[in-house]
Amino acid sequence: MNAAIELECVERRYGERVALAGISATVGEGETLTVLGPNGAGKTTLLRVLATLLRPHGGRARVLGAELPDEAWKVRGNVGLLGHEPLLYRDLSPRENLLYHARLHRVGEERVGELLAAVGMEGRAEEPMRELSRGMVQRVASARAVLHDPPLLLLDEPRAGLDPAAAELLEPLLGRASGRTRVLVTHDVEQGRAEADHVLVLEDGRAA
Amino acid sequence: MIRSASAILRKDLRLEARTKESVPAMLLFSVTAFVLFHFGLDRDSLDGELASGVLWVTLLLASVIGVTRLFAAEREQGGIDGLLLSPADRTGLFLAKAAALFVYLALVELVALPAFTLLLLGPGLQPELLLILLLANLGLASVGALVSALASEGRARELVVPLMLLPLLTPLLIAAAGATEPLFSGDGGPEDLGRWLGLLSLYDLVFVLLSVAVFDYLLDD
Repeated sequence: MNAAIELECVERRYGERVALAGISATVGEGETLTVLGPNGAGKTTLLRVLATLLRPHGGRARVLGAELPDEAWKVRGNVGLLGHEPLLYRDLSPRENLLYHARLHRVGEERVGELLAAVGMEGRAEEPMRELSRGMVQRVASARAVLHDPPLLLLDEPRAGLDPAAAELLEPLLGRASGRTRVLVTHDVEQGRAEADHVLVLEDGRAA
Repeated sequence: MIRSASAILRKDLRLEARTKESVPAMLLFSVTAFVLFHFGLDRDSLDGELASGVLWVTLLLASVIGVTRLFAAEREQGGIDGLLLSPADRTGLFLAKAAALFVYLALVELVALPAFTLLLLGPGLQPELLLILLLANLGLASVGALVSALASEGRARELVVPLMLLPLLTPLLIAAAGATEPLFSGDGGPEDLGRWLGLLSLYDLVFVLLSVAVFDYLLDD
């Protein structure tokens, strides 16, 4: 099995503060790495490094065969990030937001309709995002994350704000069944371990 | 690049049409400034250098509002991460932001210029002014998009934008006011206009090229 993610002693700092230190992990294609740890442990920073939004300051990071940060451009467009921010505009509707991202990713517009149906948002697709509940926003954000069918999903508490029915609805897109390589950040230790092929526990930016 | 720039521009114009956060504020500022000049100078009509200076200083200060808000949706709603995660060329983002600011300025001028004529201008508007506005807006839009991107990550962007933008716009102000002055005083030959338009064009060329060259690095971590 080819490695989708290879990290060797990755470091990241914010000024003098060390956010990640000596992080190593290997995740094969289609596997799930669950990242656990308390608030401020560096979980979100790790996701942002993998997403190419932050540069690693030390060590070696290889994602989807591309060395970061030099070959970050090869990774962009192949990653789906579902984080704390939905990355959706509040004054646009779900359909307008997804159409916008579809154009950026050069994805056919018919995919937007398919995904709105898949996340159960067809009926509210024309309303401004600011009028939707948190769970509905999360559903649209999930559709946005998989819109371009990325081989790698970076998920930060993907079930936040979702009721059990909605979580079930998103399972084919975000869950193991999607067949994608996943990095899953969660505070739900039991669920995280159940879904994991590998587990990384972070504490103060270091593997515990 | 053109495809992604067009998508970003359409999104920005749609958001502005819904939120009305930039153009109405820029317009209100411009008209208010003309009213203040009208009463502050206690003159019913201006001409020459004074008219030209009042017009361009007002338009430049109004543009500060648009530049400050240009990356607001990206910054406040996480849109910049969405863009950076996509394969879209970052030059496309610059082109889209500059084009959006150009459209905002054109819309503001569509109403502000008649207001200026009504409140302050002695001689009427001449068609040559359109060419000056076109070139000045182009320069304003490219410098504005650059400064807005630079200031977007900082905390004190409302302070940083005017402090960076206005000094960079000084050559543009000199050239635009110099080109406009003969139109408002009724003297000066076409060679004067040509010289100032040449300077404006050079300014536009330098800042468009500079912005395209450095924009990618501005958005890097």
